[in-house]
Amino acid sequence: MLRRWKQAAFLAALAALVATVFGGATGIASARTEDRTASKHFRIMGFGPGDEIANVRADLATEALARADADVQNPSGGFDDQKFLAALASRDVPDIVYMDRKKIGSYAARGVLVPLNSCIKNQKLKMSQYRKVSVASVTYKGRIYGIPEFTNPITIIAVNSVLRDAGVKPADLNTRNWAKLRTAAKKMYKSSDGKVTRIGFDPKLPEFFPLWAKSLGLNLLSKNGLRAFLNHPKAIQALTYTNQLIKDQGGFDRFNAFKQSWDFFGNKNQVDQAQVGAWPQESWYYAVLARTTKAELTAVPFRNKAGGQITYLQGSAWAIPKGSKLQGLACTWARVMTAPGSWYKAVKVRFDNQRRLGRPFTGTFTANRTADVKIFEDLYQSFGSKAYDNAVRLLVNVQKYGFEQPASPAGAEYYQAMQDAINRMLSGKQTPRAALNQAQREAQTAINKAKK
Amino acid sequence: MTRARRWLSGFGKRETWAAYLFLLPWIFGFLALTAGPMIISLYLSFTNYGLEQIAGIEPTKRVGLEHYHELANDDKITLALKNTFVYTLMMVPGTMIVALALAMVLMRISKALGDVFRTVFYLPQITPPVAVGVLILTLFNGSFGLVNRGLEFIGIQGPFWTTDPSWIKPALAIMSIWAVGGTMVIYLAALAGVPKHLYEAAEVDGASAWRRFKDVTLPMISPALFFTFIVLTIAGLQTFTEAYTAFFGPGTGGAENPDAALFYAIYLFREAFVNFHMGYAAAMSWLLFAIIMVITLFQVFVSRRFVFYQGQR
Repeated sequence: MLRRWKQAAFLAALAALVATVFGGATGIASARTEDRTASKHFRIMGFGPGDEIANVRADLATEALARADADVQNPSGGFDDQKFLAALASRDVPDIVYMDRKKIGSYAARGVLVPLNSCIKNQKLKMSQYRKVSVASVTYKGRIYGIPEFTNPITIIAVNSVLRDAGVKPADLNTRNWAKLRTAAKKMYKSSDGKVTRIGFDPKLPEFFPLWAKSLGLNLLSKNGLRAFLNHPKAIQALTYTNQLIKDQGGFDRFNAFKQSWDFFGNKNQVDQAQVGAWPQESWYYAVLARTTKAELTAVPFRNKAGGQITYLQGSAWAIPKGSKLQGLACTWARVMTAPGSWYKAVKVRFDNQRRLGRPFTGTFTANRTADVKIFEDLYQSFGSKAYDNAVRLLVNVQKYGFEQPASPAGAEYYQAMQDAINRMLSGKQTPRAALNQAQREAQTAINKAKK
Repeated sequence: MTRARRWLSGFGKRETWAAYLFLLPWIFGFLALTAGPMIISLYLSFTNYGLEQIAGIEPTKRVGLEHYHELANDDKITLALKNTFVYTLMMVPGTMIVALALAMVLMRISKALGDVFRTVFYLPQITPPVAVGVLILTLFNGSFGLVNRGLEFIGIQGPFWTTDPSWIKPALAIMSIWAVGGTMVIYLAALAGVPKHLYEAAEVDGASAWRRFKDVTLPMISPALFFTFIVLTIAGLQTFTEAYTAFFGPGTGGAENPDAALFYAIYLFREAFVNFHMGYAAAMSWLLFAIIMVITLFQVFVSRRFVFYQGQR
């Protein structure tokens, strides 16, 4: 009996030891295998395989790195702050990361990203080809920390059947004239039994609040990202107006409950089902609509009070983390990924695919002005849909009136403060003034703590 | 012989060595994955640990009790704790009552039917919490959700569960109570262990159904009730996944980040992994630990009065 106990105990301990040793050895062996198969192993975080716009460019960049005897590891999945923190903590940082431009300032201010000024010089990268506002959004204290990619310009998408039904013209959706817009929204709005059945105009709060503030000429964040203006009188005015739009259309509870019921990416989306009259939306959604619905639409520019077109640009950028072992190759990767030639080749594949499927090509909008000109002058052709042609023309043109949020050392806290304020106001807990006053205190405190 | 000596003398026996060898993997796991990180977290709560320190750009410096002072002055801590307590006060008794009711019903029906319903009631328990979080917005949609449609059917105008701050926590509590299967199974086992002769004796003495439940059933299953009370309270105070997925996940666009759903664990996560205030988040985690410890100790203290263990004198 005792001998059996001893044997059992011994076997259990031996099994645990073998499992530990084997697991460790496998890890070491696989690391050694990686070292043996390539002289340089280039690792990306936050990009991953995607559509043809991503994959064609990635193939070109991979070829460029192969000439430098490097292979590329591009795992799927978007940028994840936790994964990046874990990589930093273990000193096993990727060679390049692909992250939202809004995050660049926070990471740059903490010294976690490498300034790209020498990279730009060594690669002879012409920064003038990139949109100034997009470059500014990845510039912190005079140093560039990212190479920007897409811009996703915002226009107002108007559903023609709803406009016709309500007797509203696209010109009535002019954000220059808030009174007229409010009247149009009310006309297009429908409800039944206390439930919203059609939204007239969705101002898209809190996401597009910066756009509404900009329409009054206000930047919510200073150019250097160190001063917030969330409780500026114009911000309060913009928030009061957009809140009123929602109140006119059932109030936030009903309004948002109805929006949550939309099949946003599906075939029975809110445009197809005439569940909304108009709303500001990023450019990529035109591709969704081209794929899912035959409903007629009109692209309307967002305008400021002076009547000029404006748009809010957002997107990602390539950045090099401190500790990247292949910074030269990372620069090459970023250069090739955002080069006009790469964009052109990728968009050509997209264009041919769309033609083959009989769908309109709704454009690709990049932070590279040279690429955009090349794409739309040399490549773009009408698919016979006047609506999408007009939309693409508007989107191409409106980018030059675009603005982006500057890089800030407390970008995440600033956005959170703004969102929380707007959500408090929407839920009726605070007035716009009180909500934005609190947001200003929180955001500025966070910025002051984070800036160095 | 002192206790320590008595413990040491046990190593003279082979059985003791065998026992500790079998325990070794768990001990190793506990030290490496629980106790070790807890000790490090406690240390970090007294430092300026953040992104720069994680990346090795700046050294970690001690800041003393700065984070704990900040905790005392942070309005969002108060809000998050209030949300968490309110949710726990709804979820814990709700889960226990529903689980006990279901267990008692299952005790009364036939075995075959009982097996079917036991499985049905347990299924929500194995639904991934992320899926539950996504479901919340669909089921509890104020205008078109199934819950309000059901209420309308019986003539009740349902609230806006996912947008009205007063109803967000009840919606989350109801979804948690939906996953009542695990607690129900524990109560089923406890109910099955109540000696039948006690009910017979109570009946003979003229006790009503309510008296039998209050004076026989509840005391006899009180250890199970006590266990689930503690476990559910701890789970409630640590609630994160469903609320985060429904209201704070990347797909929400910011439009569903209501203060009413800002639970303590969500605020902690945000401070650590979005704002990079790791030292502060570590202090928050120790505050939560202290709160849970105090509440659990109180529950244990109260249990002496209300929990009956068979075999006790």
